[in-house]
Parts: sequence; C-alpha cells; structure tokens
Amino acid sequence: MTTSAETSLSEQEEKRTWTDYFTFNTDHKVIGIQYLVTSFIFYLIGGALAAGIRTELATPESDFVSPELYNQMFTVHGTVMIFLWIVPAGAGLANYLIPLMIGAKDMAFPRLNAVAFWMIPPGGLLLMASFFVGAPQAGWTSYPPLSLMTGKAGEEIWILSILILGTSSILGAINFLATILKMRMPEMGFFDLPLFCWSMLATAAMILISTPVLAAALIMLSFDLIVDTSFFDPTGGGDPIVYQHMFWFYSHPAVYIMILPFFGAISEILPVHARKPIFGYRAIAFSSLAISFLGLIVWAHHMFSSGTPGWLRMFFMATTMIIAVPTGIKVFGWCATIWGGKIRLNSAMLFGMGFVSAFLIGGLSGVMLASVPFDIHVHDSYFIVAHLHYVLFGGSVLGLFAAIYHWFPKMTGKYLNETWGRIHFVLTFIGLNLTFLPMHQLGLEGMNRRIAIYDAEFQTLNIICTIGSYILAVSTFPFLINLVWSVLKGKKAGANPWKALTLEWQTASPPLIENFEEEPVLWSGPYDYGVDVSEENDQSVQELLSDVKADMS
Amino acid sequence: MQGSTVDESQTLNYSQTEAAAQEEEHPDLRMFGVVLFLVAESMIFLGLFSAYLIYASVMPQWPPEGTPKLELLLPGVNSIILISSSFVMHRGQSAIKKNDVSGLQFWFGLTALMGAIFLGGQLYEYANLEFGLTTNLFTSCFYVLTGFHGLHVTVGLLLILFVLQRSTRQGHYTSEKHFGVEASELYWHFVDVVWVILFGLVYLL
Repeated sequence: MTTSAETSLSEQEEKRTWTDYFTFNTDHKVIGIQYLVTSFIFYLIGGALAAGIRTELATPESDFVSPELYNQMFTVHGTVMIFLWIVPAGAGLANYLIPLMIGAKDMAFPRLNAVAFWMIPPGGLLLMASFFVGAPQAGWTSYPPLSLMTGKAGEEIWILSILILGTSSILGAINFLATILKMRMPEMGFFDLPLFCWSMLATAAMILISTPVLAAALIMLSFDLIVDTSFFDPTGGGDPIVYQHMFWFYSHPAVYIMILPFFGAISEILPVHARKPIFGYRAIAFSSLAISFLGLIVWAHHMFSSGTPGWLRMFFMATTMIIAVPTGIKVFGWCATIWGGKIRLNSAMLFGMGFVSAFLIGGLSGVMLASVPFDIHVHDSYFIVAHLHYVLFGGSVLGLFAAIYHWFPKMTGKYLNETWGRIHFVLTFIGLNLTFLPMHQLGLEGMNRRIAIYDAEFQTLNIICTIGSYILAVSTFPFLINLVWSVLKGKKAGANPWKALTLEWQTASPPLIENFEEEPVLWSGPYDYGVDVSEENDQSVQELLSDVKADMS
Repeated sequence: MQGSTVDESQTLNYSQTEAAAQEEEHPDLRMFGVVLFLVAESMIFLGLFSAYLIYASVMPQWPPEGTPKLELLLPGVNSIILISSSFVMHRGQSAIKKNDVSGLQFWFGLTALMGAIFLGGQLYEYANLEFGLTTNLFTSCFYVLTGFHGLHVTVGLLLILFVLQRSTRQGHYTSEKHFGVEASELYWHFVDVVWVILFGLVYLL
C-alpha cells in the first residue's frame, strides 16, 4: 500500500527544476529562495563596496579613490545593504516560512507575491546602473539640500530605485498580513502561532504604514530635483526639515523592519537547539507588537541636532528609551530560554548566540544615543556607524545566517557542513568585532563619518577596522563553499532533522509543491520541548510525531 | 492518504480539480487585500498632507505673499460632482446584487461620466490659473497635491471603464460574484474622501 501511494504521489507532484527559479513562479517557496539568493548577491556587492570604503580609510589621505567616488561608494553601500540585502532577505525568509508554519498551501496572493519579488532585480540593477552616470553622493539618507546639489541623474536614479523597492516591500507586506491573519489552519489560534509569524505581523504592519510616507517624500524630492520646485530647498522658501521628518518616519521604522524578522527567527532557533520551551511566549509576542507601535513614534531622535525644539526632543527621547523595554524583554526571554538547556552547539546555535550578544551591544549603545546631550555630542560621528553596524550586522546579518543554517535542511533536504559553518562563524564574529568595536572610540574622539579624509591621529584604530573588514570579506568564502558543497554533496537531512515542533518540520525536506502531503496536525504548541516528553512516559518528540503519523494513515 | 484507489482517482482528476480547489481552498481574501492596499495609499496622502500642514504652520505667512486668490466656484461645483458620483456608483453595486447587469452598466457609466467631468474641470482650472508649479511653495503644494489626487481619479476612472468592459461578458458579474465592482467602488470612495480633505486643506484653510 505504501509503495503504490508513493508512486502515485510522485506522478501527481511535478518536480521543481532549477529553471523554475528564473521564472515568474507563484510558489512561495520558490519566491522565498529567489528573494534570499538575489539579496545575497547584493550582499556581496555591498560588501565589496564596504571593503573599498575600508581600504580608502586605511590611510588618512584620500589615495585609494577620489572623495567623490568615496561618497558614491558609501551611498550605494548603505542603500544596497538596507534595501537590497536585509529587507528583501527578511521578506524571503518570511515568504518561505510563513505558509509552512501556519499550515497553508501558499500565501494569500501568490501572483502578487511574484510581482513583489520581480520588482527587486530591476530596482537593484537600476541602482547599480547609476554608476554609469555618476552614482548618488548624498548618503542613503539623501538629505536635501545636499542631495539637490550632487549630480541630478544619479540622485534621480536612486529615487526611482527606492520607489520600486518600496512598492515591492509594500506588496509583500500586504501578503504577509493577509496570510498570517486569514490563512492559518482552522485549529491554530493566535497564541499557537510561531513567534516568527508574530514578528512578521509586526514587521508587515510597520512596512504598510511607514513606507508610503517615504514614497511621498521622494516624490516631493523628485519635483525639487527635476522641475525646480522648492519643497525642501531653503533658497526657494522650502524647508529641509520637513524632508527629514518624512524620511525618518519611514527610515526609523525601517530599522525595526530590518531587525524584527530576525528577532522572530532567533525565537524559533534558540528553543529548538536548547531543547527547552521559549521563555515568555506571550511577552515576546506582544513585545514585537509594542516595538512595532513604539517604532512609529520615535523617528525624530535622528534629528536632535536639526534644530528640533526642546519639547519635541523630550518626547522623542522618552519614547526611544521606552523601546528598550520590549527589546529587553526579548533579550531576557532568549537568555532564559537557553539557560540550563541541553544546548546543541551547532552553527545555527552559534550564530543565534552571537546574534544575542552582538545585538545587545548595539541595543545598549542605542539607549545611550537616545539621550539628547550624548547624541548631540556624537551625532554624525563614527559612534553612530559603530552602533548601526552592531544592530544591523551583529543583529540582522548574524540572525539571518543563523536562520539559513537552521532552515537550510528544510529548503534543500541537505545539512550544511558543520566544520565550514564553524569556520564561517568564528571569522564572522571576530571580523565583526574587530571592524566595529574600535569605531566606538573613533566616534567618541570625534572622527566624522562619511568623509574620505581624516586626521592622522585616528589612523591606528582605522587600520584595525580595515583589517577586521578584510576578515569579514574572507568569512564569506567558507559560507559560499559550504552552500555549494552542501547543495551538491551534503549529508541528507530527513523531514525533521532538528526534532522541532513547528509545522514546517511536519512535511518533507524540501517540502512538496503544495507544502503538505496530508493536512498537518497541530498536536502541540510551537515550543513545547520537554513538556510533553515527561507527560507522555518519556516518549521522544520523534516518536510522538511518528505516532501522530500512524494515527493518520 | 486513505489508500491506492483514492490516490489514482485523484491523479486522474488532478488537473481539473486543482484550479477549482485553489479557489475554494480559503475564503476570498481579495477585498481584504484591497483594504490593506488602501491603508498604504492613505499613508502616502497623509504624508503629503502633513508636509502641507507643517508648511502652513511654520511659514510666517500662508499662502506666501503675492499668491493669487483661488477661485472657489469651479472647484466647488467639481467637488459636488465628485462626491455625488460616489452615491451614484453605489447604486451600481446595489443593482448587481439584484443580478441587474444593465443597471450596473447604467450607474457605472454615469459615474465614469462624472469622473471625467471632474478631471476636465480640473484641467480647465489648471489652464486658467495665474500661477505655475514653481511660483512659490504654496503653488508647488497645490499642483502636486491636486495632481497626485487627479492621478488617482484617473486610475479610478480606468478601473470603472474596465468593469464596464467586463460587464458586457455574459455572466461575468453575478449577485454573488462581483469582486471587480466592489473593489473599484471602494477605491472610488477612497479617492472621494481624500478629495474632501484635500479641498478643505488647499482651498479653504
């Protein structure tokens, strides 16, 4: 009976071929991989630019590249890493995982989903093409009047590219919201949702509310740029501060859009590899929503030195510091989760723990920066660069790597190699701290960001940063080798290699085209590790799973 | 899986049942998606309106000195036409709920006509204004806000024409199945509400 069922199954299910990944495919798993691979390619481009920036900064003079090219490099580096690497990588992970986690066959709007993905390559290529006409030089923030003075063509290309990528992000968010809210399997209530879905709920809500405001700002900036209106140009009676408000109304939430998906991923990874229930499920779930709400009302802390009136500074200082509370709840929850657990110290777990520790440093310097007097002192210095890289590299990127090591067996049916994984982690973690830790001191001593030439007294620390960045560059190779080698020859992983409880592990690896061979069964909470084992006479999770399967056939 | 017999019958019907199954798989979420999309749309307008309000409150004089007064008669009439078109359009949806396709066509056709009159009036107003896009900050705001809204009216108009074209197909819209009618109507109401706020801000404030 089993064999005949299997053969008819293979007749039913057409196989995925590699060409599917280059087409307008509506399968959320294909789209998820498309997102992840595309964004990873842009990560390599952005990383190459970063290495160029650090090479230039190895010496105080501008000798490696011209100051103009340096401006172009850091502008495109920032834009690529934000809009083409972390945001789409988070969307890719969400695309792959949400339908599997909630027991659905696909996203709510599969075709819209494919449209959203296919806006990313043109948006990215457009941005890259700007190098042919003189890339934008005004930084990823593109503040006017600076952005109105440094090359119209490059700046306008930047605006168009961001509008395309922003639209893609909004369409993705509509899909995530509709899928999580309306497509859960009938017996799955809100508090049975894996925490990754909660964090994507919060992320999608933020994208939906804040991204359109950036679009409005960029439309006005385009008018200033092309037809000489003066919305943001003080010489024509406009007000550049209005741009800053509109820009940060998106771009501060964007920080949480970039970190929340990985908060969610870490909340999945830690309990699985520590074999313990997550500590404070509801607290972590609601803290995602709290971050989402508070994240929308803190934007002006980027503008403490832009002539913001005192009462406004007070308000934004207070709300910014309050955000440390839900974030702290999460960090405490994670630490309590792994505390006393039976930890499997594999690559996913190493990156997960690396995430918690590096993000903590970035989070703490964030609280320092929330305080107005301190912020005014270090504004636009390397302290900011250190802070944001600890959050976005130490946080988002390490979280993303943890997620890739964790879900790679599900996506491909093969394990990633552990040795290469550990080499990758060690190089990344050392490189990260060597590159970004000295920047704190550079900033406190007064080195300005975004300038190719600096005072000779800062050179020693800058050389350390540059060496660190080369280690980071090198750390990419073990990962690439690992990916290719594991896809081709990796050890086969079964349906549930980590013995995890969330629904994506109830189907084959890689999952079938419509995800589940039979209706998935919600037989425990997402994190009930150890809980059921004692109640059910020491049956292992795997045995329980097979019991469930035996009941079904 | 129950057994091999069931599986074989499934294999036979797979291609036919697949399309049907996907439609019945989950409740129709398209209207929910449209609502989410309109949330994003309203945030764009909210962004533009907030910028306008900041200018109005920060600048020493608003509109800046020397801005010609805006004529209220034409845009006033235009507003009344656009607002009433929302009610006209709703009658179209009521008609299709009673399976009355010709009623749908009549009311939607009338709405399209009113929308076109609104757009024509707007262009006529643009042609006769004494100021241009770059005259000063107020006039830039005026053109960008009304122009961006006009773009939305145009899109709404195209949606209505699209529905009208589809309604000529036999049995395309029925009393149960008329997503296109509902979605275009919701969009049109949204564009209307935006106009009411915009009119208050730009013409009356």
